Amino acid sequence: MLPLRQPFDVAQSPAAVPVNLGRAIVITSGKGGVGKTTTTANLGTALAKRGANVALVDADVGLRNLDILLGLESRVRYHLLDVLEEKAELDDALVRDKHCPNLYLLAAAQAREKDEVDTESMRELIEELRERFEYVLIDCPAGIEMGFTNAVVGAQEAIVVCTPEVSAVRDVDRVVGLLGNAFAPKLIINRVRPHLVRKGKMLSVEDVNSILRLPLLGVIADEPEVIVSTNKGEPIALRTDSQTAKAYHSIAARIAGEDVAAPMVEYKETFMDKLGSLLGGRR
Amino acid sequence: MTLNDVLTRLNSLFGHQKSGATAKERLRLVLMSDHLSLAPDMIEAMKRDLVEVVSRYVEVDRDKIEVRFEHQDSVFAMLANVPIISVNRTPAPPTGTPRRRRRRRRTAEQNGQAPQSTINPAPAT
Repeated sequence: MLPLRQPFDVAQSPAAVPVNLGRAIVITSGKGGVGKTTTTANLGTALAKRGANVALVDADVGLRNLDILLGLESRVRYHLLDVLEEKAELDDALVRDKHCPNLYLLAAAQAREKDEVDTESMRELIEELRERFEYVLIDCPAGIEMGFTNAVVGAQEAIVVCTPEVSAVRDVDRVVGLLGNAFAPKLIINRVRPHLVRKGKMLSVEDVNSILRLPLLGVIADEPEVIVSTNKGEPIALRTDSQTAKAYHSIAARIAGEDVAAPMVEYKETFMDKLGSLLGGRR
Repeated sequence: MTLNDVLTRLNSLFGHQKSGATAKERLRLVLMSDHLSLAPDMIEAMKRDLVEVVSRYVEVDRDKIEVRFEHQDSVFAMLANVPIISVNRTPAPPTGTPRRRRRRRRTAEQNGQAPQSTINPAPAT
C-alpha cells in the first residue's frame, strides 16, 4: 500500500505568474511508451508554426529521445545537466530546430541519471526559459519518482497523454492525483484505432474520459505516418497533407486559447459490424 | 426501432461482450481499488462510523474488527468482519434527528443528485 503523497504546492498557480513570463507546460503520463515525446515534438512544432517562440526541454535524463524525433541528434553539444551544473551557457546548449527558426531544444543528458538533477536548479532554469520563450514544453520521463518531480517543478500547467489501454488510464489517474489541483491537467488521448473502437475491441474516447474526467484537448489516431515521421526525424506536424498534423495544429490552437473544436477520430459501429459480431460472437 | 438497434439488443442478449467492454469494467474495478489503497484515512474513518452504527444494536469487539476490500467477479466489495460480544435487548435509537424525518430526507437525496461514491454500495457480508 502506497502512502498518499502530498499534491504539489498550489502557490505556483498560473494566477501568480507575471504577464511577461511564458507558459511552462509539462507533458506527462506515468506510463512509458504512450507518446509523450512524440506529443512534445509535435506540439512544439505546431506552436512554433503559429509564430510563438518555443523551448522544448527533454527532462528524460539518461534516456534522451526528443532530439531524435526532431532530427537534431547530431547538433546537440551540451545538455540539460551541463546547464544546471553551470558547465555550459544556456545559449550554447539550446539547439535551434532545422525547420522552425523559433523552436529550440534543450536536450537531456544521456550518460547521466535522473537523481543527479538538482530540483531547485531545475525550477530556476525553467523560470529563466520562461523569461525568453512564450512556451516552455517539458517532456517528462515515465514513472513518478525524482525524474517526474524534476520535470514538474518548474511548470504551471500539465498535459497528460493517455492511450486507450487499462494500464495507461490507471497510470494517468495516479499522476493526476499526484499533480493535485495546481496544474489544471488537460488530456490528449493518443493512438486511438478507430476500426478497433468501432468493433468494440478498444476503449473509446468516451470510455477513457468517463473515468478520468479531464478537459479534453484532443484525440490523435494511431496512424502509420507517425512512425514514418519518427523514422525521418521530422515531426508530422510539419506536414500539410495529414489528418494527424491537422489534429496537432488544432490542439496547439486550443493551448493558445483559440476557440476551436477538439480534434476527434470518427468511429461508429456500422450495421455490418453488429451483424458480424452477432453471427460470429467473437471478441 | 431500426434493424441496427435490433442487432445491438440481440448482441447484448447473447452476452457477446467485447474486449473493449471487458477493459472498461476491469479499469473501473482497479481504479476503485487504487483509490481506496491511496486513502487509508478514509478507510479508518469508515471503520469508525461502521462500529458506531453497529454498536447501537449489539456490543462489538472493537479490537478484532476487520475490514477489507475484494474483487468478486464483476463487483468490488467491502467485507467487514465484526465480532459480536453481546446483543442489546433494547436497541438505542440513533442519536439526533428522529427516525422518520431522517428517512424522508435520505429519499429526497436519492431522488436528486446523490453524491458520487467511490465504493460499490451493493454487496457486503
